[in-house]
Amino acid sequence: MSEFALVYRSGDVKLSPEELQAHLKDCMDWFDDLLSQGLIKDKGVPLGSAGSVVTGRQGAVHDGPFAEAKDVISGFTLVQVDSLHAAIEIAKTCPVTHVGGSVEVRPVQGCS
Amino acid sequence: MELPDHFFRHETGRITATLSRVFGIQNIDLIEDATQDACSRAVEVWSVRGLPENPSGWLITAAKNRALDILRRERRLQSLSTDLGVSLNTEGLGLAQEDQLANLNAIADDQLRLMFSCGHPNLSEEAQVAIMLHYLCGFSIKEVAQAYLSALPAVDKRITRGKKTLAASGSLFDVTQKRDFLERLPVIHRALYLLFNQGYHGASQDSPVQPLLCREAIRLVTMLFENPFGQTTETFALAALMHLHVARLPGKLNLSGELTQLLDQDRSLWDQRHIQSGFALLRRASSGQSLSEYHIEALMAGVHASAKDFESTDWHKLVHLYNALQQLNDSPVVALNRAIAIAQSEGPGRGLEEIGRISDPKRLESYPFYWATLGELQSQLNRVLEAKESLARAFAIARNPAEQSHLQRKIDSLGV
Repeated sequence: MSEFALVYRSGDVKLSPEELQAHLKDCMDWFDDLLSQGLIKDKGVPLGSAGSVVTGRQGAVHDGPFAEAKDVISGFTLVQVDSLHAAIEIAKTCPVTHVGGSVEVRPVQGCS
Repeated sequence: MELPDHFFRHETGRITATLSRVFGIQNIDLIEDATQDACSRAVEVWSVRGLPENPSGWLITAAKNRALDILRRERRLQSLSTDLGVSLNTEGLGLAQEDQLANLNAIADDQLRLMFSCGHPNLSEEAQVAIMLHYLCGFSIKEVAQAYLSALPAVDKRITRGKKTLAASGSLFDVTQKRDFLERLPVIHRALYLLFNQGYHGASQDSPVQPLLCREAIRLVTMLFENPFGQTTETFALAALMHLHVARLPGKLNLSGELTQLLDQDRSLWDQRHIQSGFALLRRASSGQSLSEYHIEALMAGVHASAKDFESTDWHKLVHLYNALQQLNDSPVVALNRAIAIAQSEGPGRGLEEIGRISDPKRLESYPFYWATLGELQSQLNRVLEAKESLARAFAIARNPAEQSHLQRKIDSLGV
């Protein structure tokens, strides 16, 4: 078993309230389904859109969020599956990808 | 726990209404963005964390904070606080206002305030309805366009113009001044009536948005009569006609107009709860002296709703009501419907006679129901060739496949 992080970016498609409600249900069902299959190691946390970026030795602080709204990470989840391929297959079913967002699949690196 | 249907749509309306009081209507763009952001955020957070204990409270707090964030970033907070004479420059809005945000009466007042503001005299009726749908009912511009079978750019333009008018009006309509309230009330009645009709008679009857429009109109008219100033006999009559009509939606066929629909309807599908509410409202509507168009239409809907089958409909009473309606509204469509009622009570020949007397029939010729009615009455008189021609003309201008197939069946049944 390996762990992978699914990193969500919401994209910049504006959904109507009615579409959002349908999307919320899809997301919840998707999580429930993965949980019931035992594929989720950690549900992760949603990230707020406000915040700051600190750079350089001088500690320059810039207001977040970041350049383009569609590039902002909105959250992540850790899944445990056999292969990168399997993680990608999960990402493909993620409802975020149905509404203009994207899911980045990254292997979690161990120390050994 | 599950969210109620249309939760986000209705919350959007409530949040927009409340924030436009807090931040001023001139910031309607900002409010719209903040509301939208809060809803998107809710989906991201709730799908991971589950629903919060109080989803409405969560959303309005998130939207308010988002609006403050934007103002802070644009460094407009200070000047806005001065403009509004309130202190927005604190964390949140202070506890007292937080309570007020959660107060149901305050929210209802906020929504009325926005509803009345949407009835701005500089806006066309279409624009008034469009911005009500957009801001109070949470319809996206695309969804408003679908509801009206209009092109997206046209609706976009209409709503943008409405938004500018709202923003430029400087302040929300004051619903606490009885005189102003009553003066604007007929405009609001009219807008809600148009909204309801779009749902009930709208050209796009197979579209799923149509029953939604009816339900939204009922939701808004209910807000209206829950306010003491809104409790006029016209408001009750309008609400009554909505309930009595919408009760019959489940059995409604696709061809517009009373005759064909009612004949073929399965009355057991009618919604008895709406019928009861409708009659209760009608009683409250009858206390005054005035007889508005809404009264007459509600009474007519009541005649249909209380008839246990098509044959036992009190057509005589309907003719009487159409006569009264004609006094108030002498339109060809009213005249046509009156002729249908006469045909039912006095026979198809009399109906055709009355149709022949309509003063401005040209205006009806683009109306498929006009030709369908002629065809129906002619076929009842066994004038099958004329009937076929009339039905063919109706078919040629039918507005959707359901109407077409209905008319085709009629034509086929003539056997010529």
